[in-house]
Amino acid sequence: MYRYDAIDREFLTDRSNEFRHQVARRLAGELTEDQFKPLRLMNGLYLQLHAYMLRVAIPYGSLNSRQVRRLAWIGRTYDKGYGHFTTRQNLQFHWIKLKDVPDILDAMAEVDLHAIQTSGNCIRNVTADPYAGATAEEIDDPRVWSEILRQWSTLHPEFSFLPRKFKIAVTGALTDRAAVKTHDIGLFLRKGREGEIGFEVVVGGGQGRTPYIAQTIRSYLPSEHLLSYVEAILRVYNRHGRRDNIYKARIKILVAALGIEEFTRQVEEEWGKINAERADLPAAEQARIRAAFAQPNFETLPAVSEAFEAARAASPALQRFVRNNVKPHKVPGYTIVEVSLKAIGQTPGDATADQLDVVADLGERYSLDDIRVTHAQNLVLPHVKLDDLPAVHAALEAAGLATANIDLASDIIACPGLDYCALANARAIPIAQDIAKTFADPDRAEKIGELKIKISGCINACGHHHVAHIGILGVDKKGEEFYQLSLGGSGAEDASIGKILGPGLSAEKVAPAIDALVETYLHIRTGGERFLDTYRRVGLEPFKEAVYAQAD
Amino acid sequence: MPKLIKLIGDASGPNFGAEWAEDGFVHVGDDDALPEGDVILSLARFQAEGEILLSNSRRVGVRIEPDQEVEALAYDLPHLSVVALSFPKYRDGRAYTSARLLRERLGFTGEVRAVGDVLQEQAGFMVRCGFDAFEPNDGATPEAWTKAAHRFRHVYQRAADSRRVAFEERAV
Repeated sequence: MYRYDAIDREFLTDRSNEFRHQVARRLAGELTEDQFKPLRLMNGLYLQLHAYMLRVAIPYGSLNSRQVRRLAWIGRTYDKGYGHFTTRQNLQFHWIKLKDVPDILDAMAEVDLHAIQTSGNCIRNVTADPYAGATAEEIDDPRVWSEILRQWSTLHPEFSFLPRKFKIAVTGALTDRAAVKTHDIGLFLRKGREGEIGFEVVVGGGQGRTPYIAQTIRSYLPSEHLLSYVEAILRVYNRHGRRDNIYKARIKILVAALGIEEFTRQVEEEWGKINAERADLPAAEQARIRAAFAQPNFETLPAVSEAFEAARAASPALQRFVRNNVKPHKVPGYTIVEVSLKAIGQTPGDATADQLDVVADLGERYSLDDIRVTHAQNLVLPHVKLDDLPAVHAALEAAGLATANIDLASDIIACPGLDYCALANARAIPIAQDIAKTFADPDRAEKIGELKIKISGCINACGHHHVAHIGILGVDKKGEEFYQLSLGGSGAEDASIGKILGPGLSAEKVAPAIDALVETYLHIRTGGERFLDTYRRVGLEPFKEAVYAQAD
Repeated sequence: MPKLIKLIGDASGPNFGAEWAEDGFVHVGDDDALPEGDVILSLARFQAEGEILLSNSRRVGVRIEPDQEVEALAYDLPHLSVVALSFPKYRDGRAYTSARLLRERLGFTGEVRAVGDVLQEQAGFMVRCGFDAFEPNDGATPEAWTKAAHRFRHVYQRAADSRRVAFEERAV
């Protein structure tokens, strides 16, 4: 993992001091809320319905145990004893007092954490494949490039007042676990003809009220030119992105308006004018950052663990956990363990301080001090020995963290919705809880198989409803909450935007409608089809009928 | 008349700072009568009358709005004393790109001045992008400006200034 050096640490100290000064001015009445707002946003501090919300940056979703423990401590000390993981691999505290924020930032800085650029019209926290460095499918480690981008984009003098926020995601695997094509810039690591490393660069993806899947602007960019090329894209966007209408200000609108050919032409022309020698990262620094992600000292282990096999044979619960939450690791004898934050009836993505401490302990003891956050609001222990799996499972079970539902119907992504968020039109959490209860029977959930249900409480789409197999959007109709269903979206490598099923439903009708959709699918699926595959084969009609025939 | 702050010393050097400066220039609107002395004009007025003005013995500056491209001045830059980049709202970040292009691509060595909604919170970004003169509208003093511009001991990326970047500090 990347370790902060003295420079990184002094930078955070300076940042924290700057904000302490600004908060003091605000509390003394020297700054109005209007003047203070952009300053606090640059430090991830939002004013929500009931309190301030602080969004902590978790670069590429990677944490060590000390950091997780510190987040637990902050949750306990300054919040109501928990934190909420977001769809951008960050963590939010929802019950924060303004006067405490400088102390919280100091406490975070001590463990190399910060809230820089988790909000505002700047380059946001870079996200990446949560299986980085652990999955065998990887061409190169996306964390190397994410860290390079993190540093480069931190308080970038030219690109801190963009038309709108700007999100970058990186993956090195063919399976897309980072929703790369829904980002402003998506980077897929690719191998060149001679085995060298490069990127396929996609641009203009996004959700919100006008969702787009990102399009390829360059099928192969030599990796050493990453920064100059990203600079070219950002510069074209900074100059020509719309600033007259907040809803049309994202780069996706510019790309759509110009067309990908013309946008590409402008970026390539700009790139040609950039002095790459100055703009690109020197090879020595690249090597320094790469070394921080060097493969840890994995033990040489047999591919089969007798201890694990014995425990598994004796425990149906462990069998189920392994079927759903345990993924193959690149090194024999190791596995990747997903920790679900979607226990039935729980708020998706919430973790209590005590649970965070458990995960920190397990990460330290069993996963080489490495803990990851997924965009689906779960956690990952990326390097667990098969031998240790029974112990890890038992500890997770004791903490209420062993729900065996990764990518199943109850593994629902949901934004905080109207329970917290000032932008929301409708609640998202109770809907998620209702649906999860509908699919609480684990046998049935496994029979249904992969089903990605995602809920947003408003059109800003933080809950990724556009790219859900079943998406749910909360809308406000004359003061009443309604929910619009859409089908067939995907945020993965087969990315697509879902299609609206029909008129909105009242809150209590959502879970029964999802149930009807699933029953229809079970009825008409063939072979190993997932819900998404069946939908793509048969289209909306049978599903529409199932829901609205029942609703009448 | 807004007060003018100018940088002194090199941004990476120990004597870096800012001070009040006598502003010899008058901002002239498109419909204003042309005064004597040094003037800052809109791009349109400069394109219409610039040639004559440049042949007078006076200094000329041009004010560029965010939707105008600094490249339009490429051939005139050697004759210009000031390029004033306008911030209609401080959130409008296009002038940062304009400043970098003036310094790094077009090689402009005259004054690059920030005008409009100019706040001390932007000082660090502006200095790094090549601005060296400021008409703050938040009452900022040169002392506040210097402090704001140097709040961070380290920077992570190259820009138009000569500050040593984190990776260069590390390489030492």
